[in-house]
Amino acid sequence: MGETIQSVERAAAILRLLASGPRQLGVAELARAMGLPKGTLHGILRTLVHVGFVEQDAATGKYRLGATLLHLGSSYLDVNELRTRSINWADALAGRSRESAWIGTLHEGHVLVIHHVFRPDDSMQTLQVGTYLPTHASALGKVLLAHDPYGEGAGPLEPLTKRTITDPAALERELDQVSARGWAAEMEELTEGEVAIAAPIKDSRGLAVGAIGIRGAVERLAPEGNLNMEFVSYVRDAARAITRDLAR
Amino acid sequence: MPDPRYVAAIDQGTTSSRCIVFDQAGNIISVAQREHRQIFPKPGWVEHDADEIWQSVQTVLAEAVTGAGIDDGQIAALGITNQRETTVLWERATGRPVCPAIVWQDTRTDALTRTLAEHESLFKEKAGLPLATYFSGPKIRWLLDEHGLRERAERGEVLFGTMDSWLLWNLTGRHLTDVTNASRTMLMNIHTLAWDDELLAAMDVPRAMLPEIRPSAEVYGHTSAGVPVASALGDQQAALFGQTCFAPGETKSTYGSGSFLLMNTGQQPVVSKHGLLTTVGYQIGDGPATYALEGAIAVTGSLVQWLRDNLGLISSAAEIETLAKTVDDNGGCYFVPAFSGLFAPHWRSDARGVIAGLTGFVNKGHIARAVLEATAWQTREVVDAMNADSGLNLTTLRADGGMTADNLLMQTLADVLAVPVIRPMVAETTALGAAYAAGLATGYWPDLDSLRVNWHKAAEWRPAIDESVREREYRNWKKAVARTLGWVEQEG
Repeated sequence: MGETIQSVERAAAILRLLASGPRQLGVAELARAMGLPKGTLHGILRTLVHVGFVEQDAATGKYRLGATLLHLGSSYLDVNELRTRSINWADALAGRSRESAWIGTLHEGHVLVIHHVFRPDDSMQTLQVGTYLPTHASALGKVLLAHDPYGEGAGPLEPLTKRTITDPAALERELDQVSARGWAAEMEELTEGEVAIAAPIKDSRGLAVGAIGIRGAVERLAPEGNLNMEFVSYVRDAARAITRDLAR
Repeated sequence: MPDPRYVAAIDQGTTSSRCIVFDQAGNIISVAQREHRQIFPKPGWVEHDADEIWQSVQTVLAEAVTGAGIDDGQIAALGITNQRETTVLWERATGRPVCPAIVWQDTRTDALTRTLAEHESLFKEKAGLPLATYFSGPKIRWLLDEHGLRERAERGEVLFGTMDSWLLWNLTGRHLTDVTNASRTMLMNIHTLAWDDELLAAMDVPRAMLPEIRPSAEVYGHTSAGVPVASALGDQQAALFGQTCFAPGETKSTYGSGSFLLMNTGQQPVVSKHGLLTTVGYQIGDGPATYALEGAIAVTGSLVQWLRDNLGLISSAAEIETLAKTVDDNGGCYFVPAFSGLFAPHWRSDARGVIAGLTGFVNKGHIARAVLEATAWQTREVVDAMNADSGLNLTTLRADGGMTADNLLMQTLADVLAVPVIRPMVAETTALGAAYAAGLATGYWPDLDSLRVNWHKAAEWRPAIDESVREREYRNWKKAVARTLGWVEQEG
């Protein structure tokens, strides 16, 4: 076993003590239990409070486990739950935009399509739930990459059309822009003649748990190559509505 | 140019009242919702406070109109859809309820319905319904007897209505009901669409207390703000209409805690030989009534909740799909949720639930699969009964309700039914149906075809298993069903 970091071990010991019973503990009690001077503990406790793992009771000054820590193990949002919570908004998005609506999540470096609403024109369409899209060449993927807390990064930047972004620096710039403005566009980068728009769906902690967007013909979404901003606002409205729902 | 006006629908449901405003394309413009109390005075009893519900309805109506950013003058029509069978009695002079409303789930009339057994074939033939606590007739009879209201009812001082009547009374001042709601009382002759003296005599309910039976869509009157009140439909019938199932054979299935399949059977009532209910689907203005066969499945979505709440295998209903997808098939396991007996098409109150085919191999993923398959196979049984009764063949199933978010369930349904399963774009088919009917009555929409144009497919699942697999699985399901029967021994 390699070298261990003493202060991390001490922080873990504090958390174990606070988790060991229902009552709150003061700094003196913790110091006694751990056989350490109070001064040593103050810095560690302050740090734990700062990251939200420990809370200090305003009245008694004693410590207890923080809400952030309690939610750590249960923060994963099931994709089927995400679909259930989004379904009405995705229908409304397809209804307003008259285009197909899509929801995706990151899965092993790809976009996994978890929900798909047909374009409401009764043309022959096939349900694409369960299929994968490349992250670097799709609006959903760019949103997810730009907001990915784990920084998985895009896979190999393969060209799919002549407009696919294949230069890592260019993709980096694109993702910075997506992150700054809160939505992504895909201008014939995945399929010739198709444009897509996407925006992030965030959970109550502000983490992006998915992306929602629409996809359609370039003539409708971006006549003469200029994205029609009305569609962007439809997509962002839907993303915000789901985000609000998830926060409840 | 699009019509600048809108149609509003009140959806007076079992747990809440909602109002939804739609535009001419059938898009939702605004929604308002208020829950009301569920009153449980004794085991098996469920009551509502009709006054509270009327207050809620007024509130949501105002909120939905305000929320849409419009005023009453822009509402071209107001429609009503309602929880069916729930029974309200009120005083004609004051308009105040004289007793709590008895809700459809209430089973206090169990003993009473058994005393009516001699009339069973009469009810079946004339009303199209089996003897059950579910329907309004026994609830009226019970209230008349237990609250000593019979004489006042005979004098027409105490009035009966289902929720549609209660709301129409309050909105327009008239004592009316629509044919679909009347078809759930056991008092209306399903062939003549009129109250029937023989049925009234068998149930011992005085005619003087009953509302006038009207079509589902016509202008019944106007609200105090001048909005035409122009439709009333029971909730499942409204969903049939909202799904634009206008042609014989077209069928919708609504997946909630339980599930309701309704098949349009055209202009003739089909008396079921296979355990289905005969009901009125809708009647537009002076046109002929369109009938439907109805199959009720008691436990579908509630089985998923049971897995969550009673077994703790999942933490939210949606996770059933995740758990089920951890395995490729049911592992030989079948789950028949006959928790309170089997409903359509079996109607066996002596049945209780089983999980059959258990081996050491079966894990929680297989059980999750079996839970979803249970909804699919129960649907198949009802569809088989509908095809046999109607002589029509289901060609696609239009599914709505909360469980349509479950893709695996939708695919399984397509697989076991061997027909495509379609989810429509507007999930709120119940409110939409009431809005459509009201809009038709007032000319906001010209005809049924203009409504069909609004219906769009949001998703479609096509059958993807071999016939041999489907047949084998159905055989196994039937074997499991056979094992639920006769569990409850006759009470002494």
